[in-house]
Amino acid sequence: MPSPDSSLMRRAAGLPLLVLPLLLGGCDMVVMNPTGDVAYQQRNLILFSVGVMLLIIVPVMVLTVLFAYRYRHGNPNKTYDPSFDHSTTLELVIWSCPLLIIIALSAVTWTSTHLLDPFRPLERVAPGVPVPADAKPLNVQVVALDWKWLFIYPDLGIATVNELALPVNVPVRFSITSTDQFNTFYAPTLAGMIYAMPTMRSELNAVLNKPGESRGYSGNYTGRGYSDMRFKLRGVEGADFDRWVADVKAAGSGLELSTLVELIKPSEKVPVMRFASVQDGLFDRAVNRCIEPGKPCMVDVMRQDMQASGGHPHHSHPAPAMPPGREAGPLIGDKPKPALEKAPNEKGTGPNVTKPVGPDSPGQLKPGDAQNRDLQ
Amino acid sequence: MTETTLKTIFGRLGWESFPIHEPILFGTFVVVALLGLAIVGAVTWFRLWGYLWKEWFTSVDHKKIGIMYVILGIIMLLRGFADALMMRAQQAIAFGANEGYLPAHHYDQIFTAHGTIMIFFVAIPLVVGLINFVMPLQIGARDVAFPFLNNLSFWLTAAGAVLTMTSLFIGEFARTGWLSYAPLAGLAYSPDTGVDYYLWSLQIAGVGTTLSAINMVATIIKMRAPGMTMMKLPVFCWTALCSNVLAIAIFPALTVAFFLLMLDRYVGTNFFTNELGGAPMMYWNMVWIWGHPEVYVLVLPAFGIYSEITSTFAGKRLFGYTSMVYATVVITILSYLVWLHHFFTMGAGPAVNSFFGIATMVISIPTGAKVFNWLFTMYRGDIRFELPMMWVVAFMLTFVVGGMTGVLLAIPPADFVLHNSLFLVAHFHNTIIGGVVFGLFAAMVYWFPKAFGFKLDPFWGKVAFWGWVVGYWVAWTPIYVVGLMGTTRRVHHFDDPSIQPYFVVAAIGALIILVGILGFVMSIVMGFVKREELRDTTGDPWDGRTLEWSTSSPPPAYNFAFLPVVHDLDAWYDMKARGYQRPAGEFRPIHMPRNTGTGVILAGLSLALGFGMVWYMWWLAALSFIGLLAVAVGHTFNFKRDTFIPAAEVAATENARQPLAVGA
Repeated sequence: MPSPDSSLMRRAAGLPLLVLPLLLGGCDMVVMNPTGDVAYQQRNLILFSVGVMLLIIVPVMVLTVLFAYRYRHGNPNKTYDPSFDHSTTLELVIWSCPLLIIIALSAVTWTSTHLLDPFRPLERVAPGVPVPADAKPLNVQVVALDWKWLFIYPDLGIATVNELALPVNVPVRFSITSTDQFNTFYAPTLAGMIYAMPTMRSELNAVLNKPGESRGYSGNYTGRGYSDMRFKLRGVEGADFDRWVADVKAAGSGLELSTLVELIKPSEKVPVMRFASVQDGLFDRAVNRCIEPGKPCMVDVMRQDMQASGGHPHHSHPAPAMPPGREAGPLIGDKPKPALEKAPNEKGTGPNVTKPVGPDSPGQLKPGDAQNRDLQ
Repeated sequence: MTETTLKTIFGRLGWESFPIHEPILFGTFVVVALLGLAIVGAVTWFRLWGYLWKEWFTSVDHKKIGIMYVILGIIMLLRGFADALMMRAQQAIAFGANEGYLPAHHYDQIFTAHGTIMIFFVAIPLVVGLINFVMPLQIGARDVAFPFLNNLSFWLTAAGAVLTMTSLFIGEFARTGWLSYAPLAGLAYSPDTGVDYYLWSLQIAGVGTTLSAINMVATIIKMRAPGMTMMKLPVFCWTALCSNVLAIAIFPALTVAFFLLMLDRYVGTNFFTNELGGAPMMYWNMVWIWGHPEVYVLVLPAFGIYSEITSTFAGKRLFGYTSMVYATVVITILSYLVWLHHFFTMGAGPAVNSFFGIATMVISIPTGAKVFNWLFTMYRGDIRFELPMMWVVAFMLTFVVGGMTGVLLAIPPADFVLHNSLFLVAHFHNTIIGGVVFGLFAAMVYWFPKAFGFKLDPFWGKVAFWGWVVGYWVAWTPIYVVGLMGTTRRVHHFDDPSIQPYFVVAAIGALIILVGILGFVMSIVMGFVKREELRDTTGDPWDGRTLEWSTSSPPPAYNFAFLPVVHDLDAWYDMKARGYQRPAGEFRPIHMPRNTGTGVILAGLSLALGFGMVWYMWWLAALSFIGLLAVAVGHTFNFKRDTFIPAAEVAATENARQPLAVGA
């Protein structure tokens, strides 16, 4: 007859096992059921590693319950050896078992991290299907704005907002940046997420294998409009993709620098937008923070700095004084005045969360001001 | 008065800084204010101010400071958990057309406050408090190495907590996530008071934590009882030592990161802005160089707690003490080498990612060895399933799952699909609740009789246990699942209705945890009500093995009338086995540190400095900064720092407890 305490322990052990199947019934786990080859390999890696780790996790859990039950105070038929505190054999086993598993996982980690490096051009479009030698990847430039996604197809001369259509079984190379915040570009069914960062260009190589519509997200919190910063990911067959491109090209307006200046201002829940043409070099301007007219591009500023300091990047000497070209600025508007430089009247007020939204709230007067991302 | 004068005096504090527009918040404010007044009134009525000031606030006794830390942690746990309930409620209802009851503006503050409070003002105070209370008793010392510093550390932590709580009713808290990542936390994107509250609270509390860590390390190195070599040091003290060595090394990184961000916000530098060559990514590196080891600062002492409890309740020596010690040291060193795994997806090359991924996995080897050591401590034991031991078994079954998902996240390509998803959030709650929180509850139940002389009420203790354990699994299993469905973290509104049931289940789980929390509070209340029945008269209620059980419950101010001489790892068990007799006479005066109010004053001035800087009241900040310097320097001229407890008083105390506590 087990003591009440130990039966409680057994129930505690069984609980997670009871809850799991109830919860898993009938849900769509995109991460476990992706439609892109990269995400598919990542899924397989997850399954493999979990399997390997269960080799040690399950015995530990079973032994915990077993020992807890067997060596309970109420059990008279047990060996009690209060001095048993060392065993070289056991020590060897308990250090080497985790070690062996980690060695196995490390080998897999090293190879898979290299093979699935987002910067690495794809070698296959699907299991057993290598990328044809003459195939050129489709280039897509991704710009994370506050709070929407801009997709530029430089090869096709079109652009969209919050809608990413990809032809199936065609390798895609994403160039990713952001205007203000650190976002992550995350389409769980396509491939893993990758950060979209201002002044930096990151890359992702991926391919979609099945037609169909799914969701893409920003994975990194960026403020007020973050929750609704989502895009539609549409996988379409080759011919349908051409039709979609033609539709976009017939849509009307184009994406010019002036349109982009308006577009980069903070906005929420932005519906899908399509642009029939795209001005050249917008992505580079986004990376170099020179979208607003009159702002010098970062790359030019850096070149100027380098020339002023002696020219060669590897033998550079510090410039005698700050060159004028350093005056880069925020994407829109001016840099905010730091607190200690503010005159009393510039301090403003620190509102409480309950501050009522009035018609004269700054969000309505200066919607584009970068300082005013809290669009009240 | 002109606008300029008003702004000079009050900075950016204005009427809109107070929650006068919102009946619910204002109501909360009024209730809290009335409660506060009631407590102040009661303390005044019962003339307790003098007692509290003399015996607690100014006390340099490590036991009282430890208890105050734990009280602070429990109070802040209630606040942090209220935030958790609000988030769970929002995520359970905000689908499709329903925007939920919290606007983004409010929700974002809540998740930021939840994370910040739970780590900095719940986990850290509880861990530091327990170390403070237990460690000197375990090493047979009469106090810590720097008793005044200990008092100051506590009050600085408390000042940080008070400043954070102030943001609830005056202004706002940060809306940037618990680490306040740049560039979002820069002045350009977060111009309000929130990030300033965040930075100043954590800087003030961080100074306290760093000072406390230095103090604990010095205590363990220098103040062990005669005969207690490092390899006879109880495992909890070993973990406390490693945890505090870690804290000393990492907190400066956080302090510097926050300081540079402060410069960006107050002086206009560009360390972490997007402009002029600022590198926000550097901020991420610096906070995670602090952030990842911080996890081990919290969990290592918890591992020590599990070791002590398993050994006590299995009635056995700890299995593999030496390998346990080395495992702890290895974890300490490795934990510095893994921070980059928090942003594998930022585009570091595959070699860098592999290095950090593999380094992370390697940590699971010593951790796995520890789990096996606890297992084999139970093996051939005689396990009494009292409450602390129940927590240990629940920990072992819960934590291994968290460990497994942790290793999974350490594989960079797997992390690519799981990073920033709710799977990740479920993973770290799995390790922090299953690893740290369960350990803290086990420890509070285990050492409560030592601190107060009576055990916690066992029925309500079981309610707390089952509430937490069942609640944990009900609340977090669905979050693992929605993570695998591609749901990202910190979202306050969803489109996809198919995931709503999971969030509803998670909310129910949070309510079950609430039962656990209330059960714990009740176990204290009912324990106090039934204290005569639950009284520990022996000083050794659990048949313990280490030195803290060799003195009375609660221990006298000087802990030990004669410093114990240690011959074995389980020193008290060894003393009991050899028929130890308490000395009955020949007591001598005991040299003890003297109480001082300087810690309270310095912390109060720091609070004023923080408040002045947050609200741009430069005069207040300047005055309190000068005050800080003056008081700190002035205190160095205070030469009345020690006192002797006369031999007669020691004899009286010892004789009073002699019939109560005799060596078994």
